[in-house]
Amino acid sequence: MHEMSIALAVIEQVERAAVEHGARGVESVRLLVGELAGVVPQALDFCYELACADTVLAGSTLTVESVEGRARCADCGHEWAVGMPPDLGCPGCSGARVELLGGRELQILQVRWAADPVLARADQEG
Amino acid sequence: MCRTVDLQQAVLARNDDSAQELRTELAARGTIAVNLLSSPGSGKTELLERELALARERGVPVAALTADLATENDALRLGRSGVPVKQVLTDGLCHLEAVMLRGHLDGWLPEEARLLFVENVGNLVCPASYDLGESLRVVLASVTEGEDKPLKYPTAFGLANLVLVTKTDLAAAVDFDQAAFLANVRRVNPGVEVVLTSARTGLAVGALLDRALAVLAGEPVHRPVMARPAGHAHQVPLVEHS
Ligand SMILES: [Zn+2]
Repeated sequence: MHEMSIALAVIEQVERAAVEHGARGVESVRLLVGELAGVVPQALDFCYELACADTVLAGSTLTVESVEGRARCADCGHEWAVGMPPDLGCPGCSGARVELLGGRELQILQVRWAADPVLARADQEG
Repeated sequence: MCRTVDLQQAVLARNDDSAQELRTELAARGTIAVNLLSSPGSGKTELLERELALARERGVPVAALTADLATENDALRLGRSGVPVKQVLTDGLCHLEAVMLRGHLDGWLPEEARLLFVENVGNLVCPASYDLGESLRVVLASVTEGEDKPLKYPTAFGLANLVLVTKTDLAAAVDFDQAAFLANVRRVNPGVEVVLTSARTGLAVGALLDRALAVLAGEPVHRPVMARPAGHAHQVPLVEHS
């Protein structure tokens, strides 16, 4: 299950950004995940929560925005939703010059900082 | 304090960068890497063993690195071919990453090796997302795995530069529908070459070596649709909101 490696890569990048921005806590992280990225969102969610413990991201929420796979044929201009499992052959002309418009994204979109680590703060309040 | 920052960073940027560096380093010394992906039991090790022995016979300097979750059987088998083989244990990690591979090559990859075969961890899900700096990515599937394999693992098959079907000597015994398999491969990866092989009968043994040598000689590689994103944003500068 490589969702743990993906979660760790997200955390590492957010941690680095937190240092750059002098942030002490993270409220939420928004991810962009294409349907062809080979990532299972539920598995990622689970790994993210586990891996965030004892980091500046502890207690933060992960929001995943999924991107539909779309392709365009450079020969006939046809554009279509590729579906899952994807159909990447042009249904219009079966031309060979098809390009992917979206669907393989795996990107950190946005991070919302918090004044303190979210979990530590919750502990103090409770 | 509550502000947001648009990072817009590719999650696997560090792996992708490291893979690109490795590709450049290898190219500078006249070597290419071949990344082999398959499910466990696909017959990948058996075929690779035959290809390595053939390379040795022909005097082509090659090396092989095999990654496994825990055992060392593959290295022993591949070692019989007489070419340099290194076993890497991933300690449960389901895939190789470029940084790990670079570390394993450091001080081991023989200077004369022109082709480096990397036998990835047996798994068609996780390794698919990780570029290892290869110049040729090969996905192998045996006829015993069924015709719908490419549809179950579209990312792996969709990103392959070459597909090898193994154990075709068993095709009749398992009722392998070759036409359906080929249609499924083409659905997720139009235009990719599919080679039918059998390590047992010797069918197309040498095809992998020939394709790898062609790439080494500078012949163009099939570029899968999935590897052709239009206007892909890799990393843009930070934008701050208050
Ligand atoms: Zn078309």
